[in-house]
Amino acid sequence: MSKFKKKKSGDLPPVNTASLPDIVFMLLFFFMVATVMRDSTLMVTNALPAADQIQKLDKKDRVMYIYAGKPSSRYMDKYGTQARIQLNDKFASVSEVGAFVLAERASKRQELQNVLTTALKVDGETNMGLISDIKQELRKVNALKINYTTRVGEYTQNID
Amino acid sequence: MARRSSQEVNAGSMADIAFLLLIFFLVTTTIETDSGINRKLPPMDEMIDPPIIKERNIFTVVVNKNNQLLVEEKPMNISDIRSAAIEFLDNGAGQGEEACGYCKGNRDPSSSDNPEKAIISLKNDRETSYKVYIAVQNELVAAYNDLRNREFSILYPSINMSFVEANKKYSDPRTSLSEKQKLKPMLDEVKAMYPQKLSEAEPSKTNS
Repeated sequence: MSKFKKKKSGDLPPVNTASLPDIVFMLLFFFMVATVMRDSTLMVTNALPAADQIQKLDKKDRVMYIYAGKPSSRYMDKYGTQARIQLNDKFASVSEVGAFVLAERASKRQELQNVLTTALKVDGETNMGLISDIKQELRKVNALKINYTTRVGEYTQNID
Repeated sequence: MARRSSQEVNAGSMADIAFLLLIFFLVTTTIETDSGINRKLPPMDEMIDPPIIKERNIFTVVVNKNNQLLVEEKPMNISDIRSAAIEFLDNGAGQGEEACGYCKGNRDPSSSDNPEKAIISLKNDRETSYKVYIAVQNELVAAYNDLRNREFSILYPSINMSFVEANKKYSDPRTSLSEKQKLKPMLDEVKAMYPQKLSEAEPSKTNS
């Protein structure tokens, strides 16, 4: 039998896959380096509004994030449907914003404490009242540099 | 001894393991490109006697609770606000010391004296939607950027960049220090020509 299985010499050699792990590792390292892990889980809906006159945010260690929006569906039965503020990993009231900013500021290095930006990641459907309250709190603690975080897009996307 | 050479480790599953890790990182990756509109809030301490600003130097934009726009007491669409703001900022009706040499507006005496004095006041209601507010902010910033782009290309045609591009390059950490030093005076000059004076008033309470 075996003499029939003999291969013809003209056959193509199989593709050498020995370098496949190398290629995959290369990709792996790229994504490992490019990955930014979310440091807080979002508990609010966060569909950012669109804008095109935007500037890049500062380096990550100079930014503190304040999220706001309606609680996402799994928290809705507990926290209701009114827009709320999220600081780090929990819901907060407006009066806690000031303390949060001061705590964040204290945790940063000395030379960064004066250049901190507050990024407001607010859901597009939120009313301005809440944002104004946040802004008032920020003014009280002298955190005056703010950034309305948006996604890139034409302003017309904001108007239904 | 030579016959009992150590067995080679089977590396065939290496690719599988690497793929597994790769897929994990692929899924968790959010190549974060956070960007937005930068603003500076006014300090808390109230000025004892606020400077008197002439009515014609203030461009009032009001967004009401139904997300409608009132510009200088007249209703307006968001699509028109950019050109209206440019017209106001670039008006340059000032005489003598307050004249604005580079303004290309139609020098309407009932509008702003010069860009340095022109203030845009943005007022919103507590029930205004954030989306619309951002759209209006975006258009007002666009008005400033349009004017700055124009002046920048007149003053520095050799750079072949618009103001926005140059500003982006300036704030990019990869730009070399010498280039930054070259760009800074140019940017500052154009910024001084059209200073961004955008005041965000505290919101009005909803009545009725």
